[in-house]
Amino acid sequence: MTRNDQHLVEIRNLSVEFHTQEGTVQAVRNVSWHIDRGETLAILGESGSGKSVSSSALMGLIDIPPGRITSGEVLYRGEDLLKASYERQRALNGSKIAMIFQDTLAALNPVYPVGWQVAETFRAHGVDRQKANARALDLLERVELPNARARFNDYPHQFSGGQRQRIMIAMAIALDPDLLIADEPTTALDVSVQTRILRLLKELQRERGMGLLMITHDLGIVEGLADRVAVMNGGEIVETGPVNQVFNAPRHAYTRNLLNAVPGKHSFPASAPEGVRAEPLIAVKDLSKGYPSASRSPAIMALDKVSFTLARGETLGVVGESGSGKSTLARTLLGLERASGGTASYRDCDMLRPTEADRTILQRQIQMVFQDPTASLNPRMTVEEIISEPWAIHRDVLPKKEWKGRVGALLEQVGLTKEHAQRYPHQFSGGQRQRIAIARALALRPDVIICDEAVSSLDVSVQAQIIALLKNLKDEHGLSYIFIAHDLPVVRSFADRVLVMRKGQIVEQGRTDSLFTDPQHPYTRELLQSDPVLGSHVAA
Amino acid sequence: MRGYIGSRVAHSAISMVGLVVLVFFLARLTGNPADIYLPVEASAEARAAFSEAHGFNDPLIVQFWHFVRDLAHLDFGTSLRQDRPVLDLVFAAFPTTLLLAFFAMFFALVVAIVSGALAAQRPNGILDRFVNVISLAGASLPNFWLAIVAVLVFSVWLRWLPTSGTGGFVYWILPIMVLSIRPCGLIAQVVRGSMISAMSSAYVKTARAKGVRSSTIIFVHALRNAMLPVITVAGDQATGMINGAVVIEVIFGLPGIGKLMIDSIQYRDFAMVQGGVIITAVAIFILNIAIDLSYALLDPRIRYS
Repeated sequence: MTRNDQHLVEIRNLSVEFHTQEGTVQAVRNVSWHIDRGETLAILGESGSGKSVSSSALMGLIDIPPGRITSGEVLYRGEDLLKASYERQRALNGSKIAMIFQDTLAALNPVYPVGWQVAETFRAHGVDRQKANARALDLLERVELPNARARFNDYPHQFSGGQRQRIMIAMAIALDPDLLIADEPTTALDVSVQTRILRLLKELQRERGMGLLMITHDLGIVEGLADRVAVMNGGEIVETGPVNQVFNAPRHAYTRNLLNAVPGKHSFPASAPEGVRAEPLIAVKDLSKGYPSASRSPAIMALDKVSFTLARGETLGVVGESGSGKSTLARTLLGLERASGGTASYRDCDMLRPTEADRTILQRQIQMVFQDPTASLNPRMTVEEIISEPWAIHRDVLPKKEWKGRVGALLEQVGLTKEHAQRYPHQFSGGQRQRIAIARALALRPDVIICDEAVSSLDVSVQAQIIALLKNLKDEHGLSYIFIAHDLPVVRSFADRVLVMRKGQIVEQGRTDSLFTDPQHPYTRELLQSDPVLGSHVAA
Repeated sequence: MRGYIGSRVAHSAISMVGLVVLVFFLARLTGNPADIYLPVEASAEARAAFSEAHGFNDPLIVQFWHFVRDLAHLDFGTSLRQDRPVLDLVFAAFPTTLLLAFFAMFFALVVAIVSGALAAQRPNGILDRFVNVISLAGASLPNFWLAIVAVLVFSVWLRWLPTSGTGGFVYWILPIMVLSIRPCGLIAQVVRGSMISAMSSAYVKTARAKGVRSSTIIFVHALRNAMLPVITVAGDQATGMINGAVVIEVIFGLPGIGKLMIDSIQYRDFAMVQGGVIITAVAIFILNIAIDLSYALLDPRIRYS
């Protein structure tokens, strides 16, 4: 190979396997890609697709054992890093090749000040302490961390998620690397913050001419940011090419499915007929919830005079960024938090101060599905025990000898099988666990299910399956949903009506089609525009 | 922070009141000291006179009142056995225990942290297995057995070290070593576990991606995060030591607080037992506050208010 056609980084036929107690897992098979300075390559894939493995190999971050690199080359400017010494790899890491991570709270060391951590990139590569601190401060100002000088010695937990990602970026670009790897850099962030972070990355790339490798599951990000894309599935690259070409004319079936599963691009759901909507199931008026604040200033209003109704058979979407009060709304309606004002009723029951008899009705008729099925299912209980637990509490619903049969029927309704009943939650994938959580919610044949970010942690294609399941169940059982999400496209393809929340208030509510096509409130417009999927369409 | 210390001291004061009551009445359950201090053949009159002289004939509640009243003036009374102020005797014995505890703990921590941290670098590797077996054995072997075997090996067979007694530095070596083995084994196990999880954390991956030296990653990034559970266990062990390394002090004939207390209990030296327990309790309260403060020092997310 001559010097001229040498890429900045090239991965050739990389295969990596991991040895676990359950046997050997092929993480990636014959993966090849390359990237040059100034270019943006996206590796697109769902969880378990092996999309992060090749970049980890590039930085020597694969733990061997249990990992084993079975074939391939990882070339940085023609030098095979798989053969490089530890010291050589260390010299390149952080200075020539840098990486930012998804979960910034975990990725920054919790016990050291952020300034110290940014300066460490310099110190690790031979810059003395004083100069390192000065340059770290410059960097924090460059990435627009508010009040950088005063906050230099603050700790990671004292910053917001977006600010922490800025700190991570400052740390990564410190030594002007040739290549910046961004592993799901915005997944944990609100859409508007996400937009600003992506813009910053793009800007820094132009400014410094570095290569940018985006590892993501988010098609919107790929479309808005990357030049080329490599689509990964099951450890293999199934398709690669310029983004336009791959997205407009996908050749591989997996890519086509993935593009189809993206919510928010299909027609609006047919709204329930007016007649049905006249009968409100839940009516909420001026609901408020304040938290006392530290100093004697007025209470922080997590919910500020929230009013809405939920009709029978309706799906009500609640959208808002973190801290908007949408989860507090769910918790207050379920009686997990005590409201500080207003009223809420389900049929004739007072939801905020229920009598003992009403409480039983409410606990039976209103069910909840949480975001994290791993945390909300007891790991020590079998699926059968989890699903039948509500019957042990509400004794009149089902006689004990029918439990087993009902559990099987419920599992089949949510797309699992009877045989799954004796297993434990950890033996299932994330999507399957969420199905179990839904089966549990259905056990008491409720009227209303509140889904708090129920599909947010799932991959796009699994997300689409769960949404389809929720839709079917709604028709079958005449359910109503309160569907809380920060993800606008999902809400767009599922909800009949939408509430937009901000700082504890409802800033806008209306039918899904009118709200998405003709948003009235400036905040709604801002939200829609900053969404990577919807934004491009609103702008177009 | 100052408010926190204040409230801790206030809470400790409440516990102290309970302790004072408890130690007073429990001590009296052991029987009349006259049975021990007077010869077996002493007449009933002599016993009565002894009891009268030391106030043991007063109603319990009156004795308790006198005890509390003196305590308020920091007067812990006079030792029945040695006829000297209790406070003098406690303060004479405490330095021995504190020195013993401090060096044993220091030695245990250093060895445990270094070996645990290194073992965690390759879970199930040769070093890890070695450290695991040794530390498990150390944590499991009873003190008294170890002490006797150590005396047998190092003093009787090899004649390197004195069997017991006080004197120069050499007299301290065996007691400190023996006392440190159990905490060392326990702490090494905790360090190992805690370090394994710290080394697989995301911030360690970040540090590796930054090109940070592996020694810095282990001893700066991971270790400080791994120290919280270590402090809990180490604090627990240190408390036990201050309480009196009874077995060790008795076997090696060291005049520490543990030995003093054992002797006092055997001789029904009420004032001595009460004084010893109360002073030891104060020391343990101080140690516990110091442990809590060290949590906050290690982890900025912990803030006391």
